[in-house]
Amino acid sequence: MSDTIEKVSVIISKGSLEGIYPGLIMANGARAEGIEANLFFTFFGLDAITRKRFEHVKVSTVGNPGLHLPTMLGGVPGVSSLVTHMMEKQMSQVDVPSIPEFIELISDTGAGIYACKLSVDMFHLTMADFVPQVKDIITVGEFYELAAGGQIIFT
Amino acid sequence: MTTKTLDGVAVDVNDEGFFEHPEQWTEAMAPVLAKEQGIDTLTDRHWTVLRFMRKEYAEHGTGPTVRVLGKTSGVSVKELYELFPKGPAKLAARIAGIPKPRGCI
Repeated sequence: MSDTIEKVSVIISKGSLEGIYPGLIMANGARAEGIEANLFFTFFGLDAITRKRFEHVKVSTVGNPGLHLPTMLGGVPGVSSLVTHMMEKQMSQVDVPSIPEFIELISDTGAGIYACKLSVDMFHLTMADFVPQVKDIITVGEFYELAAGGQIIFT
Repeated sequence: MTTKTLDGVAVDVNDEGFFEHPEQWTEAMAPVLAKEQGIDTLTDRHWTVLRFMRKEYAEHGTGPTVRVLGKTSGVSVKELYELFPKGPAKLAARIAGIPKPRGCI
C-alpha cells in the first residue's frame, strides 16, 4: 500500500467566505505537492464560480460563534460587509488571493473545476453564468468517476 | 539525514531528499537532481526558475511558494506546472538545493 496521496477531489458546498476558502486552499495545496486535484462546486458553493457572485462572497456573521460577535449585531445591515472587508484585509496580509484570483490560480495549476448538475438545474444556471475556468457541469455519478482511486474532501 | 554523492562531491540531504546545506550545491548537480524527479532535460526556462529559487533563498532564507513564483519569477503558474509537473516550488527547491518551501498558499 502506498503511503502517499496521489489524487484528491474537493467538494465545496457552502457559499460563505469561510465556507469556500478551505476547499480552495486544500485543492491548491494539493497541486503544489504534485497531487492531482479536482474541485466540485455544489449548492451555495456555486457562488464561488458564478460570475455575478464570486466577487461578492461574504463572511457569515449570523450563527457564527467563532466571530465572537453578538448574534443580534451580526444581523444588522452592513455588518456582514464590514466584517468581510476586515477579514479580506487580514487575508491579503498573509498573501491569500481573492476568490476570483484563487479560482484562476487553481485552474492554472491544472486542477479541474466542475459544477454540480443538480444544483445548476435547481438554481436555473447555465455554463454562461460561470467563470471560464469551469470545465463542465457534471452529475454526482460523473463526479465519482473523476474521484475514483483518490481521496474525497467535503467542505 | 543521509549523505549522497553528486558530481563527485558528498552532500547532506534530509529524509525527503532536500539539501541540508544549500552551500554544498553547485549548478553541475542540478541535471542529476532533475533526472531523479523525472525531468530529463533542464531548459533555459527551468534554469530561470532554479536561479530565482536560489536568489530568493539567499535573500529571504526560504524558498518561494508556487503563488510567489507565479507572481515574481517571470514564469506563469501554468508554465511552472508544465516545467515541474509534480509541484513546481517543491521540485525546483529540490533541484536547486534549497530547503522545501513552507507555505499554505
